[in-house]
Amino acid sequence: MLIINILKYKENYYNRKMQVLLQINTNISVQQALDFVQTPDCGGVAVFVGNVRNVTKGKAVTKLFFECYEPMALLEMEKIAQHVIDQMGVKKLAILHIVGEKFPGDTVVVIAAAAPHRAAAFAACEYAIDTLKETVPIWKKEYFDDGAVWVAAHP
Amino acid sequence: MRVLLFGIAKDIAGAPFITAEGVSTVAELKSWLYGQYPALRQLRSLMVAVNKVYAGDAEMLNAADEIAVIPPVSGG
Repeated sequence: MLIINILKYKENYYNRKMQVLLQINTNISVQQALDFVQTPDCGGVAVFVGNVRNVTKGKAVTKLFFECYEPMALLEMEKIAQHVIDQMGVKKLAILHIVGEKFPGDTVVVIAAAAPHRAAAFAACEYAIDTLKETVPIWKKEYFDDGAVWVAAHP
Repeated sequence: MRVLLFGIAKDIAGAPFITAEGVSTVAELKSWLYGQYPALRQLRSLMVAVNKVYAGDAEMLNAADEIAVIPPVSGG
């Protein structure tokens, strides 16, 4: 029984590794996420791309700086992936997030989800980005001509 | 015990980690932090992670734990 459980665990572990790509890096690309989720049993692929916006509340943004508690961020991203794969009917998922300095127009987050049909893929992307913004320990500092603020830090 | 700091909490304390004394629960750590660094009270929220998992106020802290202060996150 124990052996069967261990085998089962190993099987799940390796399946998950094939199904999910989680990455925190100084550079990421949409293509990398798309390539990973590509699979012949999925007819629908949805992608969310988050870029640096050049303005916040009417003020010009010059750059962003992203800081990350990486080991915990990967664990929280893994929880998102688990939910998306186990509960939302998605076969493959990629979540890529940058760290460091980024400028207006640069890509900071990419989420790609592949599912047999499009509805699950759209829903998974929305769930993943919404949850990432609430739970994953990543922080961004917005720089303006006259200073900088940690986004969402104060009420 | 060693406490990791990130984002605005790191800026407020002026260091990436600090040593907290005489605290044995998450709640005690939070009040210790608020006492040492009153500016933390102004934040929208302040979470503590123990061994890379969000921890409730009642959770016990041990010297061997990896403890981190998590100010409001803003990824994406």
